[in-house]
Amino acid sequence: MNNWIEHANPLVPSGETAHAGSVDLLFDGLLASALLVLLLLFFLLLRFAIHYRVGNTNADRDHRIQKSWRLETAWTAATLVAFLALFVWGARLYLNLYDAPAGAETIYVIGKQWMWQVQHLGGQREINELHVAADHTVRLIMSSQDVIHSFFVPAFRVKRDVLPGTSEEIWFRPRKPGVFHLFCAEYCGTDHSRMTGRIVVMPQPDFAQWLVRQDVDGTLAAQGASLFRQFGCGGCHGSGATVRSPPLEGLYGKRVPLADGTTQIADERYLRDSILRPRAQIVAGYEPLMPSFEGKISEEEIIKIVAYLKSLGGEGAKP
Amino acid sequence: MPEARPARQFVDLRQQHDVARLGMWVFIATEVLFFGGLILAYCVYRSGYPAEFAEAARHTKIVIGTANTAILLTSSFLVAWAVEAARLRESRFAALLLWTAALLGVVFLSLKGAEYAMEYHERLLPGLDFSFASPQAHAVHLFFSFYIVATGLHAVHVAVGIAVLVAVGIRAHQRAYLEAYHSPITVAGLYWHFVDLVWIFLFALIYLPGRSG
Amino acid sequence: MSEARNYLTEDNSIRSWLLTTDHKRVAILYFIAITVFFFIGGAAAALIRLELLTPQGDLVTSDTYNRLFSMHGIIMVWFFLIPSIPSTLGNFIVPLMIGARDLAFPRLNLTSWYLFIAGGLTTLYAIFVGGVDTGWTFYTPFSTIYSNSHVVLAVTGVFIAGFSSILTGLNFIVTIHRLRAPGLTWYRLPLFLWSLYATSVILVLATPVLAITLLLVALDRAFGIGIFDPSRGGDPLLFQHLFWFYSHPAVYIMILPGMGVVSELIACYSRKAIFGYKFVAWSAIAIAGVGFFVWGHHMFVSGQSAFAGLVFSFMSFIVAVPSAIKVFNWTATMHKGWISYDAPMLYALGFIGLFTVGGLSGLFLACLAYDVYVTDTYFVVAHFHYIMVGGMVTAYFGGLHYWWPKITGRLYPEYWARAAAILIFFGFNMTFFPQFILGVLGMPRRYHTYPPEFQIWHVMSSTGASILAVAYALPLFYLGWSLFFGQRASANPWQTTGLEWQTPSPPPTHNFETPPEVKRKPYDFTTKGKARAQNA
Repeated sequence: MNNWIEHANPLVPSGETAHAGSVDLLFDGLLASALLVLLLLFFLLLRFAIHYRVGNTNADRDHRIQKSWRLETAWTAATLVAFLALFVWGARLYLNLYDAPAGAETIYVIGKQWMWQVQHLGGQREINELHVAADHTVRLIMSSQDVIHSFFVPAFRVKRDVLPGTSEEIWFRPRKPGVFHLFCAEYCGTDHSRMTGRIVVMPQPDFAQWLVRQDVDGTLAAQGASLFRQFGCGGCHGSGATVRSPPLEGLYGKRVPLADGTTQIADERYLRDSILRPRAQIVAGYEPLMPSFEGKISEEEIIKIVAYLKSLGGEGAKP
Repeated sequence: MPEARPARQFVDLRQQHDVARLGMWVFIATEVLFFGGLILAYCVYRSGYPAEFAEAARHTKIVIGTANTAILLTSSFLVAWAVEAARLRESRFAALLLWTAALLGVVFLSLKGAEYAMEYHERLLPGLDFSFASPQAHAVHLFFSFYIVATGLHAVHVAVGIAVLVAVGIRAHQRAYLEAYHSPITVAGLYWHFVDLVWIFLFALIYLPGRSG
Repeated sequence: MSEARNYLTEDNSIRSWLLTTDHKRVAILYFIAITVFFFIGGAAAALIRLELLTPQGDLVTSDTYNRLFSMHGIIMVWFFLIPSIPSTLGNFIVPLMIGARDLAFPRLNLTSWYLFIAGGLTTLYAIFVGGVDTGWTFYTPFSTIYSNSHVVLAVTGVFIAGFSSILTGLNFIVTIHRLRAPGLTWYRLPLFLWSLYATSVILVLATPVLAITLLLVALDRAFGIGIFDPSRGGDPLLFQHLFWFYSHPAVYIMILPGMGVVSELIACYSRKAIFGYKFVAWSAIAIAGVGFFVWGHHMFVSGQSAFAGLVFSFMSFIVAVPSAIKVFNWTATMHKGWISYDAPMLYALGFIGLFTVGGLSGLFLACLAYDVYVTDTYFVVAHFHYIMVGGMVTAYFGGLHYWWPKITGRLYPEYWARAAAILIFFGFNMTFFPQFILGVLGMPRRYHTYPPEFQIWHVMSSTGASILAVAYALPLFYLGWSLFFGQRASANPWQTTGLEWQTPSPPPTHNFETPPEVKRKPYDFTTKGKARAQNA
């Protein structure tokens, strides 16, 4: 596990991912600005403290100024400009993190006290480990079974809190194979510091073989299909249903008109919210009849049903 | 006369009066933030569950709520009158007004108690055998949680206000206040008006949703 | 000098102390209380740093460790840092500095002390029966549903102490507005008062929000009202918004008084008026004001929207500007001054250095993309300790030494004091600088066990902590010694400006024989000459 140390040198951009490299560059910029100010200040403080000490009666203390609008404006303006530059730099890099690039492969993650559960779309499951292929963009859809956790991969310079009751997204594109720390970064109880794991990045062919080798109960979508039947969803949403309900085929990724006049894209979050809080967004033209499954369905089951719904086609429904 | 001299840290009575009033205004500012935080949380959930909160609000007792509003408004009027009476050196009359206002406060609390009892029997109070038959029970539970916390906290403030009004009324009755110094009445009045104002907000947010049209 | 009648010697019964309305005695009561809490919180820190010497959790169990860091935070924040300067130095000095006989509401002042003690005892009781393990931040739903510790008790203790804060702030605001001596206009006020005024505004407006938030947590936990519970329709993020709406301004409650003290110290020991007085004065107000609009920078990875992130990051950079202005003005003050190296000045210089490092590290955290990496790591821990301990505690010690002659009537031993100041500076840096490195290397915070590659930095940090512990204990001894054996102090041993130095040391109960009148600018050293009493 020694390679974890070499990726953690902040002064040398690690470049495990392109984003990490950019963050390290930003760090260098922040550090340079901070050191500049610090050294200037320390120099002045030391110089004044020594040169103008009580014992030095020869120092020139004539023409003392008590205030200077020019000086105040100058150093305030300089500070503001520097800060604004740093703000913009950090903001642009941050916004990158909010939208996964196209073609990202989705993997589901559930955080719970005190472990990470990973679900690949093919049904492969992992505990406290996440295997991915190098040079492929990975998009994680994460939620928590209990309290707030936080998914933190220092090597990729990414972190996102993992919440109960809603899902959060994170993405990264590792450049080359390696093994990296995974930490929980939001205090979550007794074994918070043991809720750690590994991100294992493999060359694509190795990763493909790894996928095949895992024991699988069927793909995520297939498991979701049987849950769909088990929970009785087909009773209203299946063919031959007596209740009029919005059709689910081809739904994923479509723009859905809601009863309050707004529209929403039917993404993963929309689907999960529809299962847990159906009354929050009623589809236009339909009665609010769907019961809530809050408390009756686990995170894992939601993920599988959502995967199944995505497999029913729709825009951008590639897994 | 007990109030003839200013306390030792003050130069004169006028400074003492100014200080008392400024102190009460600052205190009211803290109360605004206290209730404000609660009301903000309520508004966040109301915007998240508009239909459910409207439905829940229809189960509040609008008649009692409206009566209580009228009672508090009247008591505030009496307190304002008492401040003016004190200014005109009508100490005993001011005392009478303050006690009547306090009595109205007691009526308010009694009605509130009756209201809570009714809601308890209807199983609407969270944590006390709450039960609501509907898929929206969660949101209704949230609404009534806000209801009981907000009106409960308000009731505590009313109780404190009643005690203050009675105490200040007693001093007024003993002719303890000269025209030059009646700031306890002014300051008590400020507090009471504030408690009344909070109720107006709570009334609008709790009793009125879902009832128009 | 003979033992004249002063506030200490006048009636020494316990009853007179416990029922006092004299602001100076209330200040002493607070001083004793917060010192006790400082050492309790410090003991928790010592255990934490001992445990972290090794990567394995071998000193205490995880549950105990989690309780240790929670109690360390709760005690240090609410029972030491927030009351420290305002309730001790502020209570003592404010009426003296404005030429008044007492605060506006002396009985309220005593009440606030009793509330502080009630809150403190409740919290100590919570520790005694097992403690709380939620962190001082009480995040939901862990605190409301999953924690198996005494959340309601701990939260109640803090709730009660909050009222103590509010009353102190209320008292200061009214006092500074209405009880100033004739001639003491706002622009003649010493900067310590501007800072305390800004602090008091925050105390009064922010603390009530904490009160209602903690009340809701207690109710959620006790009655399951579900306000922060997603399975009951609640939103855990709402807790974070409400909590940080108070807790971010709270950090300004903690630092502004320290900045005020530093202004006094730099002026006195440079024998020069503070450069840019109005800028320094208004920067305190700006920090208090803008500080209410940055709370979301604690939540950049929490799941709040990107737009919110942008707004909060921008505002966080803005709020750093007035702090920078202060640092520049203090430095400019020293230019062409007459600098002496008494212990208070060493503390003031230490403050400027350490606060600047802490503040600059804040820029890293305000910067969105970098915060995503280092939030919830040791980088944040280092950042806030540089400001709270390196800044605030240093300023507190500086003010304590500066006003010690006035408060006690004794001079402290100068060389011991300078030694302690220097030892604190080195011990502090050795403890907390390695934590910046740990953060940048990716070590998360609140970790009982950690991967072995981080150990070297933890060993460095714990070593520094042992030095710091000795350094903090030193003043206890030599200040205590000075109470009995220290040279007696004159009214104005530093030969400096300010109304508090125009009355004997210690002051009489009523502060001034005749109410003073102010005719000059603040920090007017022109008539004071260069000679000063040396008190080695």
